Amino acid sequence: MEEVPHDCPGVSSAQAGRGASCQGCPNQGICASGAGAAPDPAIEEIKERMKTVKHKILVLSGKGGVGKSTFSAHLAHGLAEDENTQVALLDIDICGPSIPKIMGLEGEQVHQSGSGWSPVFLEDNLGVMSVGFLLSSPDDAVIWRGPKKNGMIKQFLRDVDWGEVDYLIVDTPPGTSDEHLSAVQYLAAAHIDGAVIITTPQEVSLQDVRKEISFCHKVKLPIIGVVENMSSFTCPKCQESQIFPPTTGGAEVMCQDLKVPLLGKVPLDPRIGKSCDKGESFFAEVPDSPATLAYRSIIQRIQESCSLRQPKGENLVGS
Amino acid sequence: MEAAAEPGNLAGVRHIILVLSGKGGVGKSTISTELALALRHAGKKGKAVHQCDSGWVPVFVDQEQSISLMSVGFLLEKPDEAVVWRGPKKNALIKQFVSDVAWGQLDYLVVDTPPGTSDEHMAVVDALRPYSPLGALVVTTPQAVSVGDVRRELTFCKKVGLRVIGVVENMSGFVCPHCAECTNIFSRGGGEELARHAGVPFLGSVPLDPELTRSLEEGRDFIQGFPESPAFPALSCIAQKILNEAPVGLC
Repeated sequence: MEEVPHDCPGVSSAQAGRGASCQGCPNQGICASGAGAAPDPAIEEIKERMKTVKHKILVLSGKGGVGKSTFSAHLAHGLAEDENTQVALLDIDICGPSIPKIMGLEGEQVHQSGSGWSPVFLEDNLGVMSVGFLLSSPDDAVIWRGPKKNGMIKQFLRDVDWGEVDYLIVDTPPGTSDEHLSAVQYLAAAHIDGAVIITTPQEVSLQDVRKEISFCHKVKLPIIGVVENMSSFTCPKCQESQIFPPTTGGAEVMCQDLKVPLLGKVPLDPRIGKSCDKGESFFAEVPDSPATLAYRSIIQRIQESCSLRQPKGENLVGS
Repeated sequence: MEAAAEPGNLAGVRHIILVLSGKGGVGKSTISTELALALRHAGKKGKAVHQCDSGWVPVFVDQEQSISLMSVGFLLEKPDEAVVWRGPKKNALIKQFVSDVAWGQLDYLVVDTPPGTSDEHMAVVDALRPYSPLGALVVTTPQAVSVGDVRRELTFCKKVGLRVIGVVENMSGFVCPHCAECTNIFSRGGGEELARHAGVPFLGSVPLDPELTRSLEEGRDFIQGFPESPAFPALSCIAQKILNEAPVGLC
């Protein structure tokens, strides 16, 4: 994986571990031994594991708190409503794993079987994995540096026995760092359908999201599209307000400028937050909210996009 | 054994406050900015900051040079450029920010952090340890999903020996500008409950105010411009609590 070349010569360069700027780098020994130049065997192993996974979608945002986990969870719920569609939800936010709570699976444990780790099943056709399931207390902090987080992500991708899956949704933490690089790197041989990027309307969010789009281009990750979350709020007594004002035109203008599809806009509904807190599907709780309708339309577009990207020679199942 | 504080670029800084959260998007950067503005208004005005030949010069926000900033954002060639770095490189830059920026004489240094409990947080705590930071302001929103992550951040603080000044609950209620009906968009009560559970002070709740968002985006001074806002009393109160803890005295 290419790093921005400032002073690090690069792990696969001839100077790896030997350059002046390598002094003091924690990976100096590894690089100097030449181990960095060899491809990670896990990449092939993950490719094998991913053979039974038809579509892989990364849910990204440069910005925190825009609704990635909420969206990932509801994308999973929405796809899994069809009993014939097998859905897997992988949470690679190692420091702040929200998926167990949002899916109502807090306190569940992961089991080991002969074929690997078993995900936690919410429904027969909806399996979930998160570092949250490996922690014994809700107060436990995962204070890990990058390499350890990468190791966990590698294990999630290589060792979890998902079985036959139509959609693997990968929920990520905010940013463009270790977790994101690792996910893309480890899945490199396994063909990712693309990224769904979440934002809120205001410029502070869009600024970070543009960087995320730039990241996707850099690592050649296709972009399925952008979702504008918390688009507007309707006061229960009177009318619409903009809580996060789109001071620079919101996601619509950004998508036009950067030529990426806008998949849809989801309005702010306080009941979404409540459902997430209770670990329930918002679709089940409030089926006729404008937010539910917006989500469903976006999920439909994602399914359509995935079926267009279907590799040749494989049958479409459950789409 | 703590290393003695080197007479480096932070020697002239009286109080260091870290703004943390386990959760993204709760308002760390917003609260950091507003805290800096509120401290400036409530505390010493027009305090000059020396410029130095050696080291990076921070960017000044105002004519009087009472607020200065340093951020990786200033080092990017283009605003949309992505900083795609793994941990070690981020740590190195953070160390540089601590040791190589000529902050000069400062009453308060507010350190805004990204969400999580990883490289950046360990790096900044290690780098600032010799300077005995006042502590951490931990930001959350009211709902359980947020509190769930922020609990872990409080554990982080305990583990690394960083004192928690208190918890701030942000986005605590939205007062509709049309009819003054207050809606709890992101639920309520979580921040106070968290503070109680963790045995740390609860510093206050800041309501959602789109004017605050707008003024931030437009680079306006919210504290100056919106004393009528429902967010203003909460922010001033939080700043006052910090000032009470860490007064800068007469000069």
